[in-house]
Amino acid sequence: METYYDPADLAKFSKIGEHAAPLAQKFFDWYGAVFADGALTAREKSLIALGVAHAVQCPYCIDAYTRDGLSKGCDPEQLTEVVHVAAAIKGGAALVHGVQMRNVADKLGM
Amino acid sequence: MSTDVLKEASARLKVVPTLKRRGSPLADPNTQIERLERLELPGELRGDFDRHLERAGLFPLRSAKIEVFQINVGRVCNQTCAHCHVDAGPDRTEDMSLETAELAMRVLARTDIPTVDITGGAPEMSRSFRYLVQESRRLGRHVIDRCNLTILLAPRFEDLPEFLAAHEVEVVCSLPHYRKPSTDKQRGEGVFEGSIEALKRLNAVGYGRKEGLRLVLVTNPVGAFLPSGEKALEAEWKRELKRQHGLDFDALYTITNMPISRYLEWLEESENLQSYLCLLVQSFNAGAARGVMCRNTLSVGWQGDLYDCDFNQMLELRVGFGQPRHLAEFDLEKLERRRIVTARHCFGCTAGAGSSCGGSLAE
Repeated sequence: METYYDPADLAKFSKIGEHAAPLAQKFFDWYGAVFADGALTAREKSLIALGVAHAVQCPYCIDAYTRDGLSKGCDPEQLTEVVHVAAAIKGGAALVHGVQMRNVADKLGM
Repeated sequence: MSTDVLKEASARLKVVPTLKRRGSPLADPNTQIERLERLELPGELRGDFDRHLERAGLFPLRSAKIEVFQINVGRVCNQTCAHCHVDAGPDRTEDMSLETAELAMRVLARTDIPTVDITGGAPEMSRSFRYLVQESRRLGRHVIDRCNLTILLAPRFEDLPEFLAAHEVEVVCSLPHYRKPSTDKQRGEGVFEGSIEALKRLNAVGYGRKEGLRLVLVTNPVGAFLPSGEKALEAEWKRELKRQHGLDFDALYTITNMPISRYLEWLEESENLQSYLCLLVQSFNAGAARGVMCRNTLSVGWQGDLYDCDFNQMLELRVGFGQPRHLAEFDLEKLERRRIVTARHCFGCTAGAGSSCGGSLAE
């Protein structure tokens, strides 16, 4: 194994059920239901998935949901805005913890 | 078509030389077929289209009743879209003569084929276009014009919206996206703004708003992927085109890009050809294969030759297996029982939700 991540590995995901078939079946059934059209459209869910993929920095998911978003008619500008939403939440999450730093500093400081 | 008219029609758009003008090897249909055939494709059927049909119980693929008489009037166009399967453009000269158009109408009159679908190039630029529309309507047939939109703005073509409306022609227009960047990337700089203006003119004469004036938009992927979710996309497009431009239309079709001609060139240059063909083969859908358009369409070339579809026409694959191959030999009974000529490009119509001139085949 030369690298931890190989694009070809994404196609092996469906075989993850080996050694634990019933659990994988439950996962894939649930996964399919999650992404079906519901109160949100499949397209909206796909864009959310792309944002989360960046937040959790999963290259498989980024690959899969970029393709899925393009197939669902999103253009690169729209996909880029999704990534900025993910980045803003991650950046904002770091920054908002600054209030904890302040709490500690305020308590200890004179 | 005079050079002046062509120059004026393309004036506000960025156009590039066609494969033919550049002398590209891909201008030759045999080269295109060979480039697809030589690819090593995975899977136990090795990318053999007929074996896929066989496994789906559809081999050999046969036509049924012909419902669409599709006439490709030529290669002349005011645009040079990057994905064009026709290699159309302002530097092409092929155009159906009035004699051939008259022969096509005499043949049509002998049948009860309900729909005449006129395509190109920009079919409106053909010397035979208005005659074909008028005569098909006189024969009581439904007529479709496959329109690139910007031609409606070109000098000497500005009366087209009124002409089309007067004859209740269904207008099926290409627009890759409801936003500018993707549209201009695929179809040339300036096309998006022209297309929106043309849609406004179509709306103004009642298209997309009045009964009998059906306006359809067609989107092809801007890249090496398949379209999906036609119905959901249609709802989004209707909302966004209304919100951003106040436009109305009746339906959105999604059409898969066919790996031939200029799109094949782009696939090769961007090193996407192998993976795109794999995607098409892996996405083979028996449900879509059952409904492919060649089963209810007959395609007529600008010189009167007969083909199973417009893609076979561009690859110069005429109807085969002992069938009449020209309008002059037209025999409806034989043609409605014909075996369809297939090759690897046919995976373009059977992948995923399927693809046809009427959009997806199986959501």
